[in-house]
Amino acid sequence: MTVATATIPAVREDYVEDVIRAGLIATAFWGVVAFAVGVYIALQLAFPELNLGLEWTTFGRLRPVHTSAAIFAFGGNALIATSFLVVQRTCHQRLFGGATPAWFVFWGYNFFIVMAALSYVLGYSQSKEYAEPEWYLDLWLTLVWVVYLVVYAGTLMTRREDHIYVANWFYLAFIITVAMLHIVNNLAIPVSWTGARSYSVFSGVQDALIQWWYGHNAVGFFLTAGFLGMMYYFIPKAAERPVYSYRLSIIHFWALVFLYIWAGPHHLHYTALPDWAQTLGMTFSIMLWMPSWGGMINGLMTLSGAWDKLRTVPSLRFSVTAVGFYGMSTFEGPVMSIRQVNSLSHYTDWTIGHVHSGALGWVAFISFGALYYMVPVMWRRARLYSDRLVAWHFWIATLGIVLYITAMWVSGIMQGLMWRAYDELGFLQYAFVETVVAMHPFYVIRAMGGVLFLAGALIMVYNLWRTARGDERVEARPVALALRPAE
Amino acid sequence: MRFSHAIFETKTLVLAGATLVTVAIGGIVELVPLFTIETTIERVSGMRPYSPLELMGRDIYIREGCYLCHSQQIRPMRDEVERYGHYSLAAESMYDHPFQWGSKRTGPDLARVGGKYSNEWHVAHLVQPKSVVPESIMPAYGFLLERPLDYRRIEKTLKAQQVIGVPYSDEMAANAKADLTAQTDPEADTAGLAARYPKAVIADFDGNRARVTEMDALVAYLQMMGTLVKFTDVKPADLKQ
Repeated sequence: MTVATATIPAVREDYVEDVIRAGLIATAFWGVVAFAVGVYIALQLAFPELNLGLEWTTFGRLRPVHTSAAIFAFGGNALIATSFLVVQRTCHQRLFGGATPAWFVFWGYNFFIVMAALSYVLGYSQSKEYAEPEWYLDLWLTLVWVVYLVVYAGTLMTRREDHIYVANWFYLAFIITVAMLHIVNNLAIPVSWTGARSYSVFSGVQDALIQWWYGHNAVGFFLTAGFLGMMYYFIPKAAERPVYSYRLSIIHFWALVFLYIWAGPHHLHYTALPDWAQTLGMTFSIMLWMPSWGGMINGLMTLSGAWDKLRTVPSLRFSVTAVGFYGMSTFEGPVMSIRQVNSLSHYTDWTIGHVHSGALGWVAFISFGALYYMVPVMWRRARLYSDRLVAWHFWIATLGIVLYITAMWVSGIMQGLMWRAYDELGFLQYAFVETVVAMHPFYVIRAMGGVLFLAGALIMVYNLWRTARGDERVEARPVALALRPAE
Repeated sequence: MRFSHAIFETKTLVLAGATLVTVAIGGIVELVPLFTIETTIERVSGMRPYSPLELMGRDIYIREGCYLCHSQQIRPMRDEVERYGHYSLAAESMYDHPFQWGSKRTGPDLARVGGKYSNEWHVAHLVQPKSVVPESIMPAYGFLLERPLDYRRIEKTLKAQQVIGVPYSDEMAANAKADLTAQTDPEADTAGLAARYPKAVIADFDGNRARVTEMDALVAYLQMMGTLVKFTDVKPADLKQ
């Protein structure tokens, strides 16, 4: 039962693969764009004159470009490309409908991204975080997503394997739940059919909770469930070990999809949202710690008996570190969802640091692991161009994350404490702008962390490009040790 | 009969259906009561729909992504109430489609910024924030002063808001254009505007009588924020959710 991947026969000739290759290129491209825009707006917070006085380059217009590029362009393309590979290989079946619907999903999705990014820069936004595109783009995305669901579920239904492999449960849950969230959160009425502007059908407190029901589960299902699907395929494949516990993966799956959806209200602690909803959200957020760590344990323990592979398989280093960051940020999240902690952390840069330990450490690293694994497979190369460049990428990017998240922890907590500080006479000690000034050095450190992360990604792009071309760098590569039993 | 998980691993539609049911539960339990429990929105007086000019200003606030650095939600902690004013009520954003509570304070909260500064201060600050707050890291929005406000669709906008439940009357929609221009001109006949939108700030916000700019609209919006509910009339029992 535990060796689901081992039952899959050799690669079939008729798998749809061109669209996967295109998806990998798009993933790498959008990754660099997302990190570059992130670095630019991070630098703007440290040195505001960098926006050059232009309306199109203000933080307010570029921040959605950064978040959409990171989550939907980089993350989304990684998810679509890997899901097409995983579903074909674990079902031993060609994509449902062949190449055409898959290409429609790819081009339709990337068209959505380009249009969304352009619209933010030009000032079209409905102001819902991570759901900024206006109604016409939302409708287009809905169409693309339905085709994606049909391709994916259709492949599962026509599979030639007895069982649906666990990675597919997570990908399927991601596709279904994102559809539900996207449709409900974006319900809006356009002012006219020829204009871009629309107004959400919900208002005030109800709209706030619907937005964060969406927003937190964009994290839960887009950035977690989908990428867990990646974890459940690529770590066992790269380590050549079965998933640690099949039973644990069943519990992990159902507990995660049931509990995650309740956690949204922790974004609204101490606001005008009624207390009962806040308490409910906090309670489920803390419970969520358990399935998160269950998944982490399942991923990490898959390496048991194969830890030496970290030395010899370059992609695994990223995948495994990603699972470590996943464990860390899914511990930090429940802590921050406790109302008393949240009273300090909310509205501060601590939240930004938390998001990036998940986005850079977990989402980006697990995607880098998948890219390093898939590019040689998809371009039929024996190995990567260079293992040493992977090591450089790994350490530069890790250092970047550490600079980023520690700067945001320290400054976020400082910011929260300064806002609530009183002097001995009982007056507020700091004017708001003094807290802005105090953030400056930390904004500089954070931007440096971002520069390192971007530099690592550029090294990766070079390495993958040379790999796809069929080049191999002459270098000493770690070899597997010949194991012998202890005497 | 012993339960077996196999059915979820072999029947795609069963897996998909069970997943959808499982993810739907939490949302239903949390969201539906917010619409059905009447006390979710506090019973306070003074709330009214935005005046046409304020509504256009709010659209600019949304367009520029102001909510990404400024919250509009004061929490009931001592320091926040002292810094920003009375904690925010659900009622105060009941006509906000969508809400603008925000999630980050790179700059200060704006829920009650209305009336705290003069119109001239706001214009100077938006044109060049450093001119009034030397340490500010906010971008400059001088172009708002140059750009005429596009309010061709204002009547349609009010009607769209009507459809989603904002209590704009047909009279308000019919007078939308006139009310919008009147709000930027203290010399105009503003009696109708003042009756339809009590407490609306009427002024030539940008100092240019000749035309209505985006700056007029945004400052009109900023100047009304958090000013509608008169808290001296509110009894604690009214605020119980």
